[in-house]
Amino acid sequence: MSAIYILWLRSVKRYVRSKPRIIAALGQPLLFLIALGFGFGPIFQKAGQGNYIQFLAPGVIAMTILFTAIFSGIELIWDRQFGFLKETLVAPVPRILVMIGRTLGGATIAMIQGLIVVVICFAVGFRVTDYNKLPIAIVVMILIAIMFTALGTAIASVLSDFQGFQLIMNFLVMPIFFLSGALFPLTNLPKVLDVIASIDPLSYGVDGLRMALVGIAHFGITLDLLVLCVITAALLGTGSYLFSRIQL
Amino acid sequence: MIQVRNLVKAYGDFVAVKDISFDVEEGEIFAFLGPNGAGKTTTIKILTTLLKPTSGSVRLDGLDPSVQHNEARKRFGIVFQDPSLDDELTAYENMDFHGVLYKVPRKVRGERIESLLKLFELWDRRNDPVKQFSGGMKRRLEIARGLLHTPKIIFLDEPTLGLDPQTRNQLWTHVKKLNEEERVTVFLTTHYMEEADRVAHRIAIIDHGKIVAQGTSQQLKEQTGGETLEQAFLSLTGSTIRAEDATSTDQMRNMARMFRASSRGNKK
Repeated sequence: MSAIYILWLRSVKRYVRSKPRIIAALGQPLLFLIALGFGFGPIFQKAGQGNYIQFLAPGVIAMTILFTAIFSGIELIWDRQFGFLKETLVAPVPRILVMIGRTLGGATIAMIQGLIVVVICFAVGFRVTDYNKLPIAIVVMILIAIMFTALGTAIASVLSDFQGFQLIMNFLVMPIFFLSGALFPLTNLPKVLDVIASIDPLSYGVDGLRMALVGIAHFGITLDLLVLCVITAALLGTGSYLFSRIQL
Repeated sequence: MIQVRNLVKAYGDFVAVKDISFDVEEGEIFAFLGPNGAGKTTTIKILTTLLKPTSGSVRLDGLDPSVQHNEARKRFGIVFQDPSLDDELTAYENMDFHGVLYKVPRKVRGERIESLLKLFELWDRRNDPVKQFSGGMKRRLEIARGLLHTPKIIFLDEPTLGLDPQTRNQLWTHVKKLNEEERVTVFLTTHYMEEADRVAHRIAIIDHGKIVAQGTSQQLKEQTGGETLEQAFLSLTGSTIRAEDATSTDQMRNMARMFRASSRGNKK
């Protein structure tokens, strides 16, 4: 337990101390909210879909958590290159605990960034429709955070440097975000896009968050939570396995 | 305490360690000497569970580090050749992190951290982030951290690289003390022959992945007719500077990486 705690603490300390990173990471969600939110707002309204900011905000919150979580996981590559990883790998602690500590640390950071974006959303006019469902929103956010930190860790466990990083960003992380229904409703989509969206785990995160915050659902909260839990468990398992096999 | 039999480690076509065997007795200080790229660090990585051997057997206090990782890891402490500190954390936090991972009880941890940081003259800077430290200070911190828990075996991989004579002296005095008082087995590598001569009970010389000689310093000198260990070393390993010198490990890694990348290439 103390090993998990100290690894968690290390991640959080590193995050709190890198103020530029915190601020930089908030620029993107703000841009999405303003450019897309206000830009597409009138069209969205005319199409009879209601207020676009209300629709978009859960998507942007999910995006922030996705990106922060993936980056936190992939930070493992830094640790490998700067040598700190060796220190944790030779310690007499089962690697699964090291992996869990790191993942919880990364997920905590992603949660904090997500909560800051919630505040920003409020600032640009977003309103929660039913405060009783707020705990569900928090649970969904935590699941998204853990799921993608585990994914980042799994990826970083098999990469030894940043060469493959662009590849991961462009062919994995960006598609996960753009095809998740964070920006558009998943109804009446072309068949291909519909299939892709339904196998994208973030779709269920966005859907759950949207249901909890503004009462709009596509898959339904039960399916959302079920899928999120299963995928999170699977990625934690895969991440732990790959992490335990790291050689330096 | 350490038994290595017919150990081989290959990265693709490149064989870093070629069929080496040696023993280190309990309570012994054993120096592993060799030119750059000879296979010293690779051997240490295999002994410390960071790498799996291609073939051969390794026993650490009777345990196989490539199978019984956790039990093996409880037996040793290590000071790495290259940096392994977290630059964003302070000196004290780096020490504390290590102490928690190695389950040093809180009270003992505080006392030991204080005495070690004082010994290596870092106590005044304990609350500064490591990224503000000079190279020598970082090195001192790594050494202090490696000595925080008292394992059965300590691996020191070129611990004195870039250190001033004062710190080198502190380090070896402390290591000898640990060895004599707590019977800690020490496995070290260094490029400074006079250090090996001073502290090591036995020495093995490795070159091009093979052990070319082993024995006490005296035996090595007699065997080669050299007056100093340095002369013995040079007559055993030749005086040509290795073409791959400073970057041999990097090259090895790059080769391994290229190899892995090409075998994965199709999937990408």
